[in-house]
Amino acid sequence: MICRVPGLHLVATGSPRGDWLAGSNGEIQGARHSLHERMRHDHLITSKQFSRADIETILDYAAEIGDDPSAVADRHAGTLLGLLFFEPSTRTKMSFETAMKRLGGDVVDMGSIESSSVKKGETLADTVRVIEGYADALVLRHPKEGSATMASEFVDVPLVNAGDGAGQHPTQTMLDLYTIRENAGLDDLTIGIMGDLKYGRTVHSLAYALTNFDAHQHFISPESLQLPREVVYDLHQQDAPGIREHDSLEEILPSLDVLYVTRIQRERFPDENEYQKVAGEYQIDADTLEAASDDLTIMHPLPRVDEIAPEIDETEHAAYFEQAHNGVPVRMALLDLLLSDDKAIGGEGDE
Amino acid sequence: MSDDHDHHDGNDEHELRVSKIRDGTVIDHVRGGQALNVLAILGIDGSDGEEVSVGMNVPSDRLARKDIVKVEGRELSQDEVDVLSLIAPDATINIVRDFDVVEKHRVERPDVVDGVLSCPNAGCITTSGEPVTSRFAVLEDGVRCGYCGTIVREEIASLIDT
Repeated sequence: MICRVPGLHLVATGSPRGDWLAGSNGEIQGARHSLHERMRHDHLITSKQFSRADIETILDYAAEIGDDPSAVADRHAGTLLGLLFFEPSTRTKMSFETAMKRLGGDVVDMGSIESSSVKKGETLADTVRVIEGYADALVLRHPKEGSATMASEFVDVPLVNAGDGAGQHPTQTMLDLYTIRENAGLDDLTIGIMGDLKYGRTVHSLAYALTNFDAHQHFISPESLQLPREVVYDLHQQDAPGIREHDSLEEILPSLDVLYVTRIQRERFPDENEYQKVAGEYQIDADTLEAASDDLTIMHPLPRVDEIAPEIDETEHAAYFEQAHNGVPVRMALLDLLLSDDKAIGGEGDE
Repeated sequence: MSDDHDHHDGNDEHELRVSKIRDGTVIDHVRGGQALNVLAILGIDGSDGEEVSVGMNVPSDRLARKDIVKVEGRELSQDEVDVLSLIAPDATINIVRDFDVVEKHRVERPDVVDGVLSCPNAGCITTSGEPVTSRFAVLEDGVRCGYCGTIVREEIASLIDT
C-alpha cells in the first residue's frame, strides 16, 4: 500500500521559490498538489527540506484546516500514527495525537522508555522496524542527533522527526512560522531569538527556515550558549541577510517584530550560581518591554520556567499559548500531506 | 612525476627501507607521518597476510618529508584511494605489474565517505551502538557527518575508525 520512493528529498526537487501566492486559487491548488506529490509517504526530518513555496503551501493549508476542521474530520479514518517518544514531551506528543484523531485516525504509543524494550537494550533501528509494522506513520523524538535520519533509513512508512537531540524539530518550526505569519507577517521580518541557542533544536530548525524569507535574525545568548558553528555555517550557505549575534537583548529590542524566547536549562551550567547569574540576564518582564515596540510579538516553544514573567501573559505581546495551540492545525496539515493517497488533497478546488 | 621514486631506487640505503614490489599498489607522496593512517583508512593491518612496506619521513623533493606505502598483491581502486585525499591530498597512486608502473593517478576528493571515519559528536546516533555505517559529506575544507551535521575541519585523521 505504501509505496515510498526511496531517497526522495523534497528540497532536491528544486521547487520554485516563487511568488505563486500572488496567483489565482488554481495556482495555489497547483502548488499544494505539487507539494503533496513530493511529501506523500516521504519522511519529514529537517526544516531544510522546505522551500519558501513549500512552507507557504503548508501554512495556507493549516489555516484552511484551522478555519474548518470538520472538512478533514474523516480523511484518515483507520489510519494509525505510531508515537515513539524517547524523551519526555507534553505539547508535541499531545498535539500529534490530537491532530491524528481530528483527522479521523488514532495513535499507538510506545509509552515511556522505562516500560519499553528500550530498557532491555534494544537498538532504535530495531524498535522502529517493529513499530512500523503496527502503524501507518511514525513520530520520533530521541535524545541523539541524527536519530531521525538514521531511523528513516530503516522504515518504509513516513517518519516525522519530533526532535533529535540538539538537532532539528521541523514540525515545531512550521507552527512557529504559522504563528509569526499570523501575528507579524513573514515579509520584512526582524526577529530576535534568545536563550539557549546551542542546544535548542527549535532554534536551529527555525533559523534555517527563516532564511527562506530573508528575515533579519538577531541571536541573543550568553557566550557559552551561542549557535553551534554548524548552524551558522548553514545560515551563511543560505546567504541569509543580517545574521547578528548579541550577548544582550537591550540594544536590539526596540527594532524587533518578534522575540522568540527559549529556556536556558540548569543542567547546561556547572553550578547553580553560574546558572542563576546567566539565566537572570535573559528573562523578560513588563519593565524589559518598555523599550519594545507596541507591536512586538513574544513567542516561546514552551515549557517556560521563569524566562517570561506571568505578567506578560495577559498583554497583547504574548503569543506563546496561541503558538502551542497552532500545533494542531499545522500538524494536521503535515500529516495529511504525508499520508494522503488521494489526489484531491485540500478540498474541492483541486484539479 | 616520480621525483623521489627513482631517487630512492638508486640508493642502497633507501632500497633497504622500501623495496620494490612486483605486483600491487604504491601510494607515494603521502604527507609525512600519515602512512599508518593511510593503512588504517584502507583497512590494511597485516592480519590478512598482505605484504606491506612503509617508509616514513623519507626525504622528498616535493614534500620535504613524505611517507610511502607499498602493498604487494593488491591493486587499489580509485574509489578506495580517493578517501585518502582527506589526509593525503598530494598522494599519487602507482599500480605496479611485474615491477612496472602500469597506471599512475592522483587521489581525488570524493563527495561522500562511507565508513572509514567516526563522528566525534558523543551525542550523534552513529556513536550509540546502532547498526549504522557512518557517512560524511566532504566539504571544501572539512567533512560533515551525514547524520548529526557535525563539521570537522581539523585533525580529520583522528576520526579514522580503526
